Parts: sequence; C-alpha cells; structure tokens
Amino acid sequence: MKILVAVKRVIDYNVQVRVKEDNTGVVTDNVKMSTNPPDDNAVEEAVKIKESGKAKEIVAITVGEEKAQETVRKALAVGADRGIHVKVDGVIEPLAVSKILQKIVDKEKPDLVFMGKQAIDDDCNQTGQMLAALLNWPQATFASKIEVKDKTLEVTREVDEGLETIEVNVPAIITCDLRLNEPRYASLPNIMKAKKKTIEQINASDLGIDTKPRIDQIKVEEPPKRKAGIKVANVEELVQKLKNEAKVI
Amino acid sequence: MSSLLIAEHNNNEVKPFTLNAITAASQIDPDLHVLVLGHNSETVVKSISEIPNVKKVIHVDNEIYKNYIAENFTSAVIKHAESYSHIICSANTFGKNLMPRIAALLDISQVSDIIKVISADTFLRPIYAGNAFATVKSNDAKKCITIRPTSFEPAETSGGSAEIVKGDAGEPSNHTKFIKKEEIKSDRPELGTARIVISGGRGMQSGENFKLIQDVADKLNAAIGASRAAVDAGYITNDHQVGQTGKVVVPDLYIAVGISGAIQHLAGMKESKIIVAINKDGEAPIFSVADYGLEADLFDALPKFLAELNKLNTIQK
Repeated sequence: MKILVAVKRVIDYNVQVRVKEDNTGVVTDNVKMSTNPPDDNAVEEAVKIKESGKAKEIVAITVGEEKAQETVRKALAVGADRGIHVKVDGVIEPLAVSKILQKIVDKEKPDLVFMGKQAIDDDCNQTGQMLAALLNWPQATFASKIEVKDKTLEVTREVDEGLETIEVNVPAIITCDLRLNEPRYASLPNIMKAKKKTIEQINASDLGIDTKPRIDQIKVEEPPKRKAGIKVANVEELVQKLKNEAKVI
Repeated sequence: MSSLLIAEHNNNEVKPFTLNAITAASQIDPDLHVLVLGHNSETVVKSISEIPNVKKVIHVDNEIYKNYIAENFTSAVIKHAESYSHIICSANTFGKNLMPRIAALLDISQVSDIIKVISADTFLRPIYAGNAFATVKSNDAKKCITIRPTSFEPAETSGGSAEIVKGDAGEPSNHTKFIKKEEIKSDRPELGTARIVISGGRGMQSGENFKLIQDVADKLNAAIGASRAAVDAGYITNDHQVGQTGKVVVPDLYIAVGISGAIQHLAGMKESKIIVAINKDGEAPIFSVADYGLEADLFDALPKFLAELNKLNTIQK
C-alpha cells in the first residue's frame, strides 16, 4: 500500500495568538510555527503502518507558502519516504486545498490519504471530507484507532456520544484525532537523512486550480475579554459567593 | 429562496443540538425547511413539524439511513439541495463529518462553526481556538453553513404545524459499513447542554479519583467534563473532553478542578457564564479566566466543597 499524508504549517499550539491592530488577521511575524498537531498523528500512523509491513511508501504533502516545506521535512525525518510541496501564497481555503490534493491523488494513486481532523489555525475541519467527496472515496473522520485489514480498514471514530466503529474499503481518506497515537520525535541521524530525501515542488497555478478565496475575511477581532475574577480564601467563601453573589447554585 | 437544515436524530428523537441549529438557521432565512433522513423515524418527523420555526419537513425514509453514514446522507442532501440558498447543520461531530462532503460536491467554500448571524451571507466565527473572532462573508451563490450549537438558544419545540412531505433517497455507498456505536449511557445531564459542568484535569491523578468529581456532580445535577490531558491519561472517556477539538460548553457554572488551563481547553469553556477554578498552582492560566479562583489541593477542597453544598437548604436544579 501507498499512503499520502497531508500536513499543514500553523502557529505553534503553545503560542498565545494575537490579533493585528488593523484587524486584518492575527500576528504571524516572528511567531513560532509548527506542524498542525493532529497532522503529526497522521504521519505517525502512516509510519506505524509501514513499519508493520502493510505499507510500502509514504509520501508527505503540504500546500502553502515556501516555508510550509518545513512540515514536509519534519515528516521525512520521522519516516516519510519523499515529499511534495504545492506552492501557493496567501490565503487558501479548504475547498481549494482539497482540489489540489485531488490532482495529486490522481497522479500518485495512493491507497490511503491521512491528515489531521482539523487545523488549529482556521479550525475549519473540512479538507479531508471535501477530498473524500471529490474523489468519491469513503471517509473515516476523527479516527482514534485504525486497524488495517486486507482491502478494508476498521476505524474507531470519536463522536459526541462516545465511539463509533466503521469499516471502509480502500482507497479511503482518514482524518486523525489526537488520541490515535503518540507522535515520535525525529532523531538527529534521521533529521540528517531527511535532508537527502527529495521534496518535489509544484506551483498550484500549474495544476490548473483556481485558489482564489470565495470567502471575504472582513475583520478579525479580539474576543470579548472576561472581567477579572477574584481569589477566594476557602471553600466556605466559594460556596457563599456561588449561592449569594453569582446565584448559580 | 429557502434554507435547508439537516436534522440529527437517532430515528427516535431529535438530537438537542439540531434545535440550536434551527434557531440560527431561521435567523438566516425564516423560510426554513428541515430534511429528515431516517428509517422508521416518524416520531422524529412529527416532533420537528411541531417546532414553530420550521416551515416544512422533508422526510426520506429508507433502510440506508438506519445508521448515520456521511456518504449516504450526502447523496440525499445533494438531491434536495437545488432549490435552497443555504444548507445548514450543527457543528458537532455529526455536522462536521457531513457538511464538507456536501459543500465540495456543490463546489461551495463552507463557513464552519458560526457563532452569530450578521446577515444571510455574513457570519461571525471563532478561529485559533477562539482567540480571535473573524467576520466572514461568503461569496458563493449557495452557502453551506455549520452552526456552533452552544452559541444559539434551542428552538421552541411546540405549537408549530409544518407541512410534511416525502422525499427521495439518494444512492447508497457500498464502500462504508457501520459496525457499532458505543454510547456511554449516563443519568446525568448531557455535557453540551448542562446548566452546570464540573471538569477534572491531569491534577485528578487517576480515574478512581474522578469519584470526587462525580459526588459533586450528583449533588449539583451537573455534567462531567475533562481536559484533554485527563482523557489522554485514560482517567475518563473521550466523550467528556472539553476543548478546541472536544466539546464546547457554555454552562451557567463551569467548575475546573485540577486543570491548568491550556489554550485548547479554554477554547471549550471560556464563554461559560461563571467559571470556578480549583488548583493548587496559583499561577495556573485557568485563574485568568476564572470568576472565582480557589488556590487549594483538590483532594482537600472537593470533599469540603461537597460538605458545604450539603449544608445548603436548597440547590437550584
């Protein structure tokens, strides 16, 4: 089997995001960037499947500006075999990303496509499902457990009520939850080796996809601030405040 | 034109978040139609037709909708989508799974997880785990929208009498098979809609220690939540997770116990009306959003908290 894993470069999850003063977006200059956390789970799962002998090749792909390549390089350092970087500058919506990925899937013919269930920047939670629709492939979203069978996968999905298990035929799209696995760290020798692996660069415009956004971002604002609270001295005071001041119990 | 909302249900009852989504959908367009894809789901259809905000119910009854498979739902929605200006559903795991599949086939750039309707094409939505709010305008002729349920009140459920019509089913997918759903049954209120939520974090140290949380939850008739750290550590099941990638809750009272307050957890609870934090680390970020902070060892504080609650003559339900 061949697995395509999509990764996205986002503001690191530990960074306190700040809104730009002119309300056009959030501050990204001199801010630490990393791979979108659940995309790391997607890479890890692909590598585990390859290690178990059930996959032969892992191709890591990203769509974005020049520096987005860093996320592919990181995937190569933990076990992906080669990389693809589809270069696009500026804002790109999930619909356009999924159309780009569709083109790459047509060319690469993977059996499985993995990616994180949601990117922590725009919080859209769309790309995997959209790609599945465009390819007319089955989808298993929010995967917390994947069992690779002969021509099918049994996937446990995290849903509101608990856990759901479905079986999907290969080829399929899987979007990964954070609890799917524990992503490994790249070792220094593997980071060095990854530098020798190839990353193919493709311009989105050469794929014939219109990446122009369909949604105008009119403004970005700080959410309303909570007013500062107080520290209470003990449990008795807490219960009194909840009862008599906040009147919630 | 009218709007089409896709109902979430279990063939027996309507799921509560559909009611919140109906409120938002009728703000977008008062001529709201609801699509019920189900099997032997007449009671669902009847109850939706009684919602005053709903003008028409389209009922598609077919065996392929016995279980919820996004692929099967999508083909039916596409069949019915043509005459509608907006396709809408709730932004929980149901709608998140379904709507992008519909949007891609209609070549629509979806607007996810809106928290406010500004006009029929302009919406407010949180980004970066709620650290910023974006006002966005969709330029697609038809729009696919998912609604953050906790940002809208549930719709009234009685007094209406919407017309019910039968609709055609879509093509079934033979590439996806439902195997099972492990629902965690509980007598407690649902996490997403509870008036009071008490959540435990890594500070609980074990699953057994969640008993302390359960005792307080029983007393307050509260739902039980957890931080991702507590779920990852195996103290409690995933359906309890509150946060950016878990559930978003907006209760009247949120009590965070042994939770440090990571950005991704705050994203799921910081809109709560009153927040209480109990943590022994006085510097924990959770205190920055708490109305009432108690710097204390939770193993000491929780039993005392329960004892104080027991002293009260009445507790609101």
